[in-house]
Amino acid sequence: MPKDSGIGASSKRREDVRFLTGAGNYTDDINIHGQAYVHFLRSDVAHGRIVSIDTAAASAMPGVVRIFTGADFEGVGGLPCGWQVTDRHGQPMAEPGHPVLAQGKVRHVGDPIAAVVADTAEQARDAAEAIGVEIEELPAVVDMKAALAGDAARVHDDLPSNLCYDWGFVEENKAAVDAAFDTAAHVTTLELVNNRLVANPMEPRVAIGDYARATGESTLYTTSQNPHVIRLLMGAFVLGIPEHKLRVVAPDVGGGFGSKIFHYAEEAFCTFAAKAINRPVKWTSSRSEAFMSDAHGRDHVTRIELALDADNNFTAIRTETLANMGAYLSTFAPSVPTWLHGTLMAGNYKTPLIYVNVKAVFTNTVPVDAYRGAGRPEATFQLERVIDKAARELGVDPIALRRQNFVTEFPYQTPVAVVYDTGDYNATMDKLEEIADIAGFAARRAASEAKGKLRGLGVNCYIEACGIAPSNLVGQLGARAGLYDAATVRVNATGSISVMVGAHSHGQGHETAFPQVVAEMLGIDESMIEIVHGDSSKIPFGMGTYGSRSLAVCGSAMVRATEKIINKAKKIAAHLMEASEADIELKGGQFTVAGTDKSVAWGDVTLAAYVPHNYPLEDIEPGLEETAFYDPSNFTYPAGAYACEVEVDPETGKVTVERFSAADDFGNIVNPMIVSGQVHGGLGQGIGQALLENCAYDPETGQLLSASYMDYAMPRADDVPFYAVDHSCATPCTHNPLGVKGCGEAGAIGSPPAVVNAVIDALQSGGKTVAHIDMPVSPSRVWAAMNG
Amino acid sequence: MSVNGRQVRGEVEGRTLLSTFLRDHLSLTGTHVGCDTGQCGACVVHVDGVAVKSCNMLAAEASGSSVGTIEGQAAADGTLNALQQAFQDHHGLQCGFCTPGMVMSAAALLKDNPRPSEAEVRAHLEGNLCRCTGYHNIVKAVLAASGQDVSGIAAE
Repeated sequence: MPKDSGIGASSKRREDVRFLTGAGNYTDDINIHGQAYVHFLRSDVAHGRIVSIDTAAASAMPGVVRIFTGADFEGVGGLPCGWQVTDRHGQPMAEPGHPVLAQGKVRHVGDPIAAVVADTAEQARDAAEAIGVEIEELPAVVDMKAALAGDAARVHDDLPSNLCYDWGFVEENKAAVDAAFDTAAHVTTLELVNNRLVANPMEPRVAIGDYARATGESTLYTTSQNPHVIRLLMGAFVLGIPEHKLRVVAPDVGGGFGSKIFHYAEEAFCTFAAKAINRPVKWTSSRSEAFMSDAHGRDHVTRIELALDADNNFTAIRTETLANMGAYLSTFAPSVPTWLHGTLMAGNYKTPLIYVNVKAVFTNTVPVDAYRGAGRPEATFQLERVIDKAARELGVDPIALRRQNFVTEFPYQTPVAVVYDTGDYNATMDKLEEIADIAGFAARRAASEAKGKLRGLGVNCYIEACGIAPSNLVGQLGARAGLYDAATVRVNATGSISVMVGAHSHGQGHETAFPQVVAEMLGIDESMIEIVHGDSSKIPFGMGTYGSRSLAVCGSAMVRATEKIINKAKKIAAHLMEASEADIELKGGQFTVAGTDKSVAWGDVTLAAYVPHNYPLEDIEPGLEETAFYDPSNFTYPAGAYACEVEVDPETGKVTVERFSAADDFGNIVNPMIVSGQVHGGLGQGIGQALLENCAYDPETGQLLSASYMDYAMPRADDVPFYAVDHSCATPCTHNPLGVKGCGEAGAIGSPPAVVNAVIDALQSGGKTVAHIDMPVSPSRVWAAMNG
Repeated sequence: MSVNGRQVRGEVEGRTLLSTFLRDHLSLTGTHVGCDTGQCGACVVHVDGVAVKSCNMLAAEASGSSVGTIEGQAAADGTLNALQQAFQDHHGLQCGFCTPGMVMSAAALLKDNPRPSEAEVRAHLEGNLCRCTGYHNIVKAVLAASGQDVSGIAAE
């Protein structure tokens, strides 16, 4: 019987009412009296030396308040990188500067050159067109292999090459891995591209800087997934504003998917300019600007080899990857192709030897950083594609090959550092076979063939490391921040509760799901609990929302703080009932004394805490408010099995997703409705990557070819089917108090290989010996593969 | 023009878009702008009963028209209409940014086609991008709002 409240209930989302009535409060909905508007003049060439910038005519245009260039930011810090990767030889990565406004050179189309601040947005835009910029164009570095050639132009003149780092993992295993390949019974090799994507939250980024001269306080309103991270990075590293004089507010945020983790130049600019002109300064990104200034995702070129013994057991994996960093290091960019990618290369399988090599490369393109899944989709795609290819080469069933190699005993120490605490990969595969009706596929294929279509079935598994992250571990790996989270539970006098959390909800439904946890613990109604998030002046120093971490990390902090509340409330109840604290029980919002009929209600205890007339003031403080910080002891490991069925039109090469099924193990679940919605959204993005989306640059000029929705193919309602999702196979996380694993990224991680595996299966069924097609698997690519 | 039944007047530059007029001049910020090429549909409003992308129409073109926005969809006491309620009941929104346009676009469909098929809903919403939901629960909500039984569509 489904629950109707508390943990496990599909409580309807309370945030929906404001969003459904136009009453949301997104950053662009905020207007501050007297605000000016900024328009950024951005580079229209990929690479060039700035010869001159003439702002005289533009400065005289109507409404112009001031025009800023890179010269105004000399002596101001650049945008910092939050993760330092150490290379194969023990050397730190190359870490070039990243100025707020370009200084000396422009390094990608969209690099900001100047910023016009004016009374209206239109005036700022008009004046920007009147700025005269002379740029000496330099050869554009676009292709990663070419970028590493000795004679390549250099993105950063002060670096010896375009190599950011050459990373080997686990370096000590390399010789043993090579030896395993020498003795393998079979080796399957695959070269593939993980296509460059743009996160594309529907809300473009916005920043508003505000400065109070009387107090010296700066406030930044921004579209961020993590206001405290922005306050730390911008305050400490860019503008030199101490925390107590800097407030960062991220109100309703219209989706993030990773792209709103990072600290961006526009945030620093608006905060800086508001002080400089003593007026609020607002920037609203256009979609075209978003394409050329939001951090992009993926963009790996990989060669993977899988070694098997004569019994089809996996014996070793070896990979070589080129990972695009773009023109500058975005906030967490170096961690994505390394620690978020190499550590997942074992997948769901007990491969004893693994070696991962990643060369990160600077190019004249927009910086690349974490996008939904971040490194884990890249690991999953190559692994699950090469396994499928191996099954085909060996003539064995791809599901059976996977099952044969599953990790089945936990905890499992992988050869790539991480330890899986729990899981049951056969259970999710069993569930998948059921919900996907794999037994019925042959009949569906026959029906498709009867109408002249090819039909394919693709299956894959995935595992991810979520609940990011144990601070001491990631500190050793190069993280320059802690990755704990924090929650404050403030019980009010009449028993209602405000919970201030470091996590940020931008679609995940925290305002609904988090109260379900506290309500369950206290036995009170969910409606008595409210979540406060997104304002650094109101919430404790938590690290925000990404890496499917909110419930696993911040939720754990909330549980710990609520436990403190319960402990204190029991002391108060014991006093009120003149009983021993050890005998007090809390159930259904009532404190009782074990073995008696004495009871006191939740509200009586909370009132006593704030009106402490009959209260043990000599023993405990009045009030009822507790904070907890929670630092996880391990990652969590959501895992699952996905199946896709496609139809391919052999006449046109068009692929249609007919069925998609996902069986996930997320551990315990607080709100099944929200969890399903998270999976649906991830599947939409994963299918988008597999079939439609591609961020394309002209290989010669570095021009961004896909800079609007005219050219970047987003998945639309008629591109996807209804999905079948299931998360009943639950092996609870063993090391956090809720037993939760995180569900936000799974869909995007697990779905691309299933789609491509299905397309290959369809083509093979039509007698085409096609081994691989790179994403996006567009009609033209499919047609070319079939007819090439 | 009238907006949500209220007469409004304003003087704007010729280049001012209807979406800008609604947001910046009338403070009706429920209408969102998610792109600059008329692709995303976050800005859909009704102009004389027809669904229109308000970023693709000049404010002056709507002079004298009757405009409906997301702010005018619920009852005066705040009660959600049947379509809005279906979106909440079926989790048809996550971040909420595309939602106003999605609701206005779906409302226009249901006005012309009270019992659309799944394919008709998907085809009609082709001009409204959502990045959060994978469309599953949006399509389900629209079908439910039309009075059709959606219990057979994949659980939750």
